Amino acid sequence: MALKTHKFVLDFEKPVVELEDKIIEMREYAQSAGVELEDDIRRLEKKAGLLRKQIYTNLNRWQRYQLAKHPLRPYTLDYISASTSYFEEMHGDRFFADDKAIVAGFAQMEEFSLVIIGQQKGRDTKQKLHRNFAMANPEGYRKAMRIMELAAKFNKPVVTLIDTPGAYPGIGAEERGQAQAIAHNLFQMSHLPVPIINVIIGEGASGGALGIGVGDRILMMENSWYSVISPEGCAAILWKDAAYAPQAAEAMKITAKDAKDLGIVDEVIKEPEGGAHLDMAEAAGYVKDAILRNLRELIKIPADDLIEQRIEKFSNMGEWKE
Amino acid sequence: MDWFKRKKEALKPADKKELPDGLWIKCESCGEIIYKKELEKRLYVCPKCDYHFRIGSEQYIDLLFDKDTFEEFNANITAADPLNFKDSKKYSDKYKATVKKTGMNEAVVTGTGKIEKNNVVMALMDFKFLGGSMGSVVGEKISRAADKALETKSPLIILSSSGGARMHEGILSLMQMAKTSAKLARLAKNHIPYISLLTNPTTGGTTASYAMLGDVHIAEPGALIGFAGPRVIKQTIGQDLPPGFQRSEFLQEHGFVDIIVHRHELKQRIAKLLEFFAHTN
Repeated sequence: MALKTHKFVLDFEKPVVELEDKIIEMREYAQSAGVELEDDIRRLEKKAGLLRKQIYTNLNRWQRYQLAKHPLRPYTLDYISASTSYFEEMHGDRFFADDKAIVAGFAQMEEFSLVIIGQQKGRDTKQKLHRNFAMANPEGYRKAMRIMELAAKFNKPVVTLIDTPGAYPGIGAEERGQAQAIAHNLFQMSHLPVPIINVIIGEGASGGALGIGVGDRILMMENSWYSVISPEGCAAILWKDAAYAPQAAEAMKITAKDAKDLGIVDEVIKEPEGGAHLDMAEAAGYVKDAILRNLRELIKIPADDLIEQRIEKFSNMGEWKE
Repeated sequence: MDWFKRKKEALKPADKKELPDGLWIKCESCGEIIYKKELEKRLYVCPKCDYHFRIGSEQYIDLLFDKDTFEEFNANITAADPLNFKDSKKYSDKYKATVKKTGMNEAVVTGTGKIEKNNVVMALMDFKFLGGSMGSVVGEKISRAADKALETKSPLIILSSSGGARMHEGILSLMQMAKTSAKLARLAKNHIPYISLLTNPTTGGTTASYAMLGDVHIAEPGALIGFAGPRVIKQTIGQDLPPGFQRSEFLQEHGFVDIIVHRHELKQRIAKLLEFFAHTN
C-alpha cells in the first residue's frame, strides 16, 4: 500500500506514509541481516493503523476535496469494468461529434441490463488531453441524452457516474449551446420513464455534473464533492483570491456528508480507509452494492409513479423562510 | 514616516447603481449624454445608438403589463441561509443589506397580470439583487410560478437577468436548476406555453436551466447570454474572444434565440405571441 501511495502523497497522508515506509525498511533489514524485529514491526503496524484511522476519520472538507481529485482515484471506466459483465460503449451525439469526456454505453450488471453514462478522466497527460480533463462539451451532454432516450425506449435503467471539474468553458462550447445542452438534459431527465441512479464518484462540479445528475436516487462516495462551483472558483469570486479555496470548501459545505445533511443526497457510499484509490476493487464493490440495492427497489415502481416521485424529490430541494 | 500613510479609509469605488442619479446620463455604449426624463420615456434605450440600459423588474412590469394588472404572489419568501455561509462577511448580513438597499425581498418577482388583455404568469429576475443570483428562493418562486401557470392554464413568461447560481447556498442553489427544469417539463407536458425572455446578462446556472427551456426564446438586443462567463473562458483558452461573442445576435446566429426584440416593441410582440398560442383552430 505504501508503495502505491508513494506515487502521489497528499500532505495529510505523509505521517502515515512515512510510518509505512519505515515498516518496509525494517522488514527488509530484518530479512537481510537475519534479525528478529517482528515485535517492533507489529507494534509499528498497529501504530500506523491507529494513525490512519485518526487521520481519515477527521478529514476536513478541503482534505476530502483533495481525495476526490486524487490522481490515483478510480474513474468511471474503472468502476464499469469492475462491476459489469458486459459493456459496449456507444459513440457520438449524431449531430456533431463524439465527446471523449463522457462515456456512455450498454451494460450488464448482475441481473440488470442497463445503460451507464459518466464523465471520464485521463490517467496520464495524453489521456487527460484526450478526455479533455472530463470537461464535456455540448455534444457530450447530447450523447448522454441520446443514450438515455434509448434506455427509455428499451426500458433499461440508467446509471450515471459523475466525475467532472465542470462543463468545458470554451468558444466552441458556447457556440454549440453548452447551456442549452445541460438545460435540455435536466428537463428530459426529470421525466425519463425508467429508473435513474446518479453516483458522484469524484468531482461534482456545478452544471457540468448536474447535466447528467437528475435521478431517483443520488448517491455520493464518502470522499467525493458536489457543489455549485469549485472551491477555487468560489474563492476567486467571493474572496477575490483562489488561495482561499480551503475556506470556500468549508463555507460551501461540499462533502458527501454535507449533501446528505442538506437533504440532497440519499446515501453516502463508504470508501476503503484512506480513500477509494487505496483499494479500487473494494471501492467498486461498495458502489456496485449500492447501485444494485437501489435498483432492486426502483425497478418495482411503475414509471408514472417514478416520474411523480422524482419531480417531487427535486421540488423539495432548497431552504427558505416565509 | 507616519505622514506617508493614508489616514482615512482606502478609496472605494462608488456603488454601482442600476441608473446613476442626476438629470443627465451618459450612454454606456456610445457616450451620448441623455436627459434622464427623455431616457425614461424611451424605456431606457439610448436614442442615439439603441443601447439597452439594464433596468429592474419594476420597470419591466411597467412596460409589459396593462396598467395596474400585475399582482405579485409569494412576495414574502426570503433566504434561510442554510449553510450559515460566511466569506469576508456573513451571507445573512449581506442579504439584509441588499434587502435594505434594493427594497426587494429577493432576486425574482413573481405574479399574474395582463399583457394586452392576455392573462399571464410572470417571473421577473432582477440583477440588482445580488447579481440576480439563483438560490433556493429564486428556484422556489419560479417553481411556484410554473405551478400557478399550470393551475390557471396561463402562459408562463420568465425574464432572466442573472449572473447564475448563488454560491452562498452551495449545492442547494445548484439543485434549483433541476427543480425549475422539472416544473417546466410538467408545464410542457400540459401544453402550456412558456416564453423565456433573455436580458443582459443571463449566464451560468440560469442559462443552463429555465432560460434555455422556452418554447420561444426572446432576447433584448446586445444582451450577454452564455453558460461560462467571458472572463472564465478567456482564462481557460488563453486567447481573446471574438467580437460580439455571447451577445444576443451571436446566440441567434448559432440557433439558440428565436427573436431579438427591441424594448420598444417588446410588449406588442409578446402579446402577439400569446394571442397566437391562445388561438384555437
